[in-house]
Amino acid sequence: MKNLLTIRREWLLLGIIVVIALAVGARAPVFLTLRNGMDIANDSAILAILVMGQMMVLLTRGIDLSVASNLALTGMVCALVGKAFPGVNIVILIAIALAVGALLGSVNGWLITGFNLPPIVVTLGTLSAYRGAIFVASKGAWISDQDIHVAIKGLPREVWLGLPALVWFALIVLALSAVFLKLRKEGREIYALGGNPHAATYVGISVPSRLRLVYTLSGMLAGLAGLLWVGRYSIAYTELAAGYELTVVAACVIGGVSIGGGVGTVLGAALGVLFIGVVNGALPVIQVSPFWQQAISGAVILISVTVNSRSERRAGRQILERQGVLA
Amino acid sequence: MSDVLLSLRGVHKSYGATRALRGVDLDLHAGEVLALVGENGAGKSTLVKMLTGVVPMEEGAIVLNGAPQCFTNAQDSQNAGILAVHQETVMFEELSVAENIFVGRHLMRGPFIDWASINAQSQTVLTNIGARFTATTLVKDLSLAERHLVEIARALSQKALVVILDEPTAALSQAEIRDFYGIVRKLRDQGVGVIFITHKFDEIFAVADRYLVLRDGAAVGTGAIADATEQEMVRLMAGREIDQIYPHIDSVPGEEVLSVKNLSHPTEFQGLHFNLRRGEILGFYGLVGSGRSEAMLAIMGLNPQATGDFHVMGRKLDAKRPGDAIAAGIAYVPEERQRQGGILSFSVQDNISLAGLSRFARGPWLSAMKESALCKRMTERLRIKTASPHTLLSGLSGGNQQKVVIAKWLGLDPKIVILDEPTKGIDVGAKQAVYHLIAEMVKEGLSVILVSSELPEVMNLAHRVIVMRHGLQVAELAREDIHAETIVAAASGLDGFSVHGRSNAVGVTA
Repeated sequence: MKNLLTIRREWLLLGIIVVIALAVGARAPVFLTLRNGMDIANDSAILAILVMGQMMVLLTRGIDLSVASNLALTGMVCALVGKAFPGVNIVILIAIALAVGALLGSVNGWLITGFNLPPIVVTLGTLSAYRGAIFVASKGAWISDQDIHVAIKGLPREVWLGLPALVWFALIVLALSAVFLKLRKEGREIYALGGNPHAATYVGISVPSRLRLVYTLSGMLAGLAGLLWVGRYSIAYTELAAGYELTVVAACVIGGVSIGGGVGTVLGAALGVLFIGVVNGALPVIQVSPFWQQAISGAVILISVTVNSRSERRAGRQILERQGVLA
Repeated sequence: MSDVLLSLRGVHKSYGATRALRGVDLDLHAGEVLALVGENGAGKSTLVKMLTGVVPMEEGAIVLNGAPQCFTNAQDSQNAGILAVHQETVMFEELSVAENIFVGRHLMRGPFIDWASINAQSQTVLTNIGARFTATTLVKDLSLAERHLVEIARALSQKALVVILDEPTAALSQAEIRDFYGIVRKLRDQGVGVIFITHKFDEIFAVADRYLVLRDGAAVGTGAIADATEQEMVRLMAGREIDQIYPHIDSVPGEEVLSVKNLSHPTEFQGLHFNLRRGEILGFYGLVGSGRSEAMLAIMGLNPQATGDFHVMGRKLDAKRPGDAIAAGIAYVPEERQRQGGILSFSVQDNISLAGLSRFARGPWLSAMKESALCKRMTERLRIKTASPHTLLSGLSGGNQQKVVIAKWLGLDPKIVILDEPTKGIDVGAKQAVYHLIAEMVKEGLSVILVSSELPEVMNLAHRVIVMRHGLQVAELAREDIHAETIVAAASGLDGFSVHGRSNAVGVTA
């Protein structure tokens, strides 16, 4: 019964996205062109990658606020490596991005499980620390277009089988996440421990090691996103993607991932990303001032959180015998 | 009944200053059911937690099949073959029944989870124990009794050497309990050692082969059920005579102070009618999850979907918020004192004064003097054992914590006090103190609603008992009609008390 409800919510979100797209398209037909669609997909791809990591963290009742700083730091490291070693190829750069990101993420995991600290405090700390580390690594200098390694710049501009490389990366991350969360023991245990941490201990789930895993994965995906971000915008600097972690959390929440843990699907989160992509793409097209865009995005987040929590509210426990059984 | 399957020697465990277990020895043979009996707080739960690897053992030895064991986590103990059905359901609400059965040990096909096998095997186990829901149902859509079946299915689906059943029948109906006995006997016939923890003597005599009585963390008696009597076991459990524990209640109920009419809720309860008189103790008995607490929350205005008419001392009470009920003179001491009642990180004094902070106000500031005066009065009146008024609540024993929570509400000078499972999880001595406190309250003219799943408590204290089952009021018994059999029959739905639909005024009215 509840399954049906969550499915319906996802359809509802999809419906809203389609309505917005059509309404905006009616006023500004350019919005519905393939080219604009590709732009939105490209813009959403990096967000989608980050959202998968964030969703896994949220499922465990945690939060990872350090993703944007991790993204920027890893992006900077990749840019510096590219600048220092012109011979490096893209496979090595991707490996570096994944490894650096995972390392930064695992620091969160170790701090949280090792000292039993609240995730929001730990990741707020690493948010600042990683941001500061970018300044140290780059000595505050920007790495601009001409110094960005050609392989990094080239990657987001590749088109494979008619789809941009960024979209392929996002689709692969989405697919792997879905498999991980549905078909791997670790993935199921993440849902279980988020739903009832106390019970998870009773059934023998190693809660600390699962927590370390999700923060490492979230960091790893943030690292990948960092490489792609630097390539897409062809620049690396200290303030890169500052504040973006809030967009990531917002996409999760809009997509029905519960801040309270244990609830959330890959499909829902992906639709949350698409929603943000469409709204952000639509507002400039219908000439909404950029100052209003922030306010509108914020309002949308509040509305969706309210709607989610209202539909989550339990109707009370089923104590009376159900109709039918009564007969 | 041959070899010793599991043996415990000299097991110790302390929580801070509380010594939960002091040198317990236990032997369990393959193919036998050992009843582990004892009052709340005797150490049964701690023993279970230790055997299941949830809390570490401090001293002593666990030997399973001749091999010494050292469990550091729940996985160790499960792998060794010790499985538990817990008293409080350990469930993942958002996951399916099948996944709850196999969580932590998902069946795999290659690198991936084999959902088809998990669902099929779960369904087989569920069918075997007579469950009427499918393996793919989400647990949050199940009732409490159905959740217990899922727990039992979880234990049965594993290859277990030892199965621990921790009050598994608390929420089951009589028919379900009979099925359950069948399951226990089946386990025994398969050579499994079963440790059966229960409060109910009829269950002990129905299924157990041997018993072990715990009191205050020590084993005080063991033997074969065939040679045992109920009186003997009660004496072993309590360590004193029953009439010492319960005070004599001699107050005579006066005029009506509370009347509740037509109290209903879409899913939780329906058509509750009752009244409460001055100086009366009204017992509310029922199985765990029968809707008693939910109904009480409704009186306090904490159950937004409930509807009904309340009159307090002749005046209509429109309970929308707890403040309304408190102003009308009703105080509610909730069941889960750690979650709803006391704040562990606050001092004793802060906890006591919390419910009526506005009364300590002097202008915009709180008056520390008024606060400490109340605290002093309450600590003395309730004989709360605390080092100082500034000791944190977490530093007190369970019984004293409960007294602090009650003190908080008594400080408001209520006319009606609702006590929801006031003795849950506290030891015999603390219980005795709570009972005497209740007796004192009614002597002073307060009226008490006592919600309890402990039959002796209700039988020895209440002037009248209302029995609830599945959210319906199935019986109302005056003191002279209160017999254990009648109450249990009504609460668990034995023949003759089976109730369908809304006509539910079975039993005798005072």
